[in-house]
Amino acid sequence: MGEVLVLVDAADGSVKKVTTELLTLAQSLGEPSAVWIGPGYTDAAGATLGEFGAQKVYVADSADYINHPVAPKAEVLSKLVADQSPIAVLIGSSPEGKEVAARLAVRTNSGIITDAIGIAPDLTATQSIFGGATVVQSKVSAGTPIITVRPNSTAPVANAGAATRVDVSVELSAAAKSATITNRAAAVKGGRPELTEAAIVVSGGRGVGAAEGFGVIEDLADSLGAAVGASRAATDAGYYPHAFQVGQTGKTVSPQLYIANGISGAIQHRAGMQTSKLIVAVNKDAEAPMFELADFGVVGDLFTVVPQLTEEIKKRKG
Amino acid sequence: MKIAVCVKQVPDSWAEKKLRDGDSLLDRDSVEAVLNELDEYAIEEALQITEAQGGGEVVIVTMGPERAGEAVRKALSMGADSGIHLVDASLAGSDAAGTSYALAKLLEGRGFDLIMFGSESTDARMSVVPSMVAERLGLPQLTFANKVEVSGGTVTIDRVGDYGIETISAATPAVLGMIERSNEPRYPSFKGIMAAKKKPVETVSAADAGIDAGAVGTSGSWSQVNSFAARPPKAAGVVVQDEGAGGVAIAEFLDAQKVL
Ligand SMILES: Cc1cc2nc3c(=O)[nH]c(=O)nc-3n(C[C@H](O)[C@H](O)[C@H](O)COP(=O)(O)OP(=O)(O)OC[C@H]3O[C@@H](n4cnc5c(N)ncnc54)[C@H](O)[C@@H]3O)c2cc1C
Ligand SMILES: Nc1ncnc2c1ncn2[C@@H]1O[C@H](COP(=O)(O)O)[C@@H](O)[C@H]1O
Repeated sequence: MGEVLVLVDAADGSVKKVTTELLTLAQSLGEPSAVWIGPGYTDAAGATLGEFGAQKVYVADSADYINHPVAPKAEVLSKLVADQSPIAVLIGSSPEGKEVAARLAVRTNSGIITDAIGIAPDLTATQSIFGGATVVQSKVSAGTPIITVRPNSTAPVANAGAATRVDVSVELSAAAKSATITNRAAAVKGGRPELTEAAIVVSGGRGVGAAEGFGVIEDLADSLGAAVGASRAATDAGYYPHAFQVGQTGKTVSPQLYIANGISGAIQHRAGMQTSKLIVAVNKDAEAPMFELADFGVVGDLFTVVPQLTEEIKKRKG
Repeated sequence: MKIAVCVKQVPDSWAEKKLRDGDSLLDRDSVEAVLNELDEYAIEEALQITEAQGGGEVVIVTMGPERAGEAVRKALSMGADSGIHLVDASLAGSDAAGTSYALAKLLEGRGFDLIMFGSESTDARMSVVPSMVAERLGLPQLTFANKVEVSGGTVTIDRVGDYGIETISAATPAVLGMIERSNEPRYPSFKGIMAAKKKPVETVSAADAGIDAGAVGTSGSWSQVNSFAARPPKAAGVVVQDEGAGGVAIAEFLDAQKVL
């Protein structure tokens, strides 16, 4: 069976859910191998990768690979592509993931598909484009298929793999080292799930009216164990930090449930949440375009509807 | 400082977009075309950089059909100095690999200190062309920049990364990609619009740029659309008026959907 390389996405040493999803997808295509790039690899991380089917874990743990943006990861992967001839490379569809994929595609003369939501055993990728209006089947026709996959596209399925560690070291080109990261300010991590990974996202828009108003949004999110999101109007107004913006120029989310509160449903917002499985909208304007997308909508004031919903959820969850 | 800003003409964000039945390419003729709004932030930043330095040159670069010239004019009316328009029938249907190859060929050897990009084209939504051009030209990549500082031959940015803000520095020449939070693009003034009509736009063919016809266009693409379909229509949702129990109604819906 052909080898499928999966680039590991990890923060603070722990493997992200999207990586377990990618390994699960890789199981259906061939033999999954994980690729860890950067310092901080631990046996615990290896165990997680093995749990989801990684037969091998390539570890390139020099700090050099993360002191320069994007290019080093592409160079490590391209060395592995040359040495191992995998049948495909899967990378999470984050902004950086797509950039790594882009450089890798050029280096290996390979076609690239971004934002796949599924991959068939023959490596045909499914994409949802034009804000979810059209579903496309596409295929890479040159080189090694390089496919970036959206978080939450597959449910992670455990399937023990050997996770044999294979150390890798690559001499970086001068070009890869030509930009240097001189400082990192980690995003403040709250107690909530990460936006792109969360099974449920509760968002607030301009209708929330003020930063204090986000209290009702956070309360609802916490009652559901959800992440909090925001529209650009809300982040621009300073109601909520920019890092939580959902939409074309914010995060793309695809949760099981998306609850939009006081968000009109502009096309740029929809671009980031339209593939959510279930959509609920609360808005006092019955004409708000978000209702066209909603599986369930309530026309009303979010400051009465949302707290009532939070109470009701707490009651039902006991 | 000589700055290139790569811009793309795209269908209006609000227009309903469709793929063509014959070749699975975006049907661009049926929709209004505009300058990719995310590229306006790169144009604005380029103008601010040259203004701050009291001089320099901002060149708008596009690859696209004849009418993509309108997007170049729009950028010139904002204040850019000149344009380069790569137009050739052989380029139609190029994917990201082909587009980045063609742009790299077009840009190389022209002495640009900075090659600037938007964060994504609103139609393709790939965010890959800037990295691909950087890779092809062997240039440092400073993308998803929220803040830019140019001093001497060094560019420093704040990159909005996947897990926080990274400060990144590189020497020019470099590829610089802007995000939409970085600035407020100016509106073209009447004077700017009039002046733009007289600014030079160089039209370049694929052969002029030394582009290998086999590496671009539909046939040169490394990825293909096999089929497409409109998303199966979603059953219309239920919308109720809140009459005091709206929150409870949502909880009931979520319960019925087994989300709780
Ligand atoms: C280049 C570009 C990129 C963009 N990228 C993004 C992006 O990534 N993400 C994004 O979200 N937007 C983005 N936008 C902005 C987008 O066009 C909209 O302006 C934005 O999404 C609107 O946010 P909103 O729905 O919160 O605000 P509005 O459109 O003002 O809607 C507020 C809604 O709240 C309702 N409301 C008010 N009070 C209450 C109440 N008490 N109870 C219930 N409902 C109430 C109103 O009826 C209204 O429908 C982008 C725009 C541009 C030009
Ligand atoms: N045909 C093109 N001509 C010039 N620049 C382009 C073209 N296509 C993409 N770009 C640039 O690359 C950026 C990212 O595009 P994309 O990778 O398609 O999302 C855009 O914001 C533009 O700056």
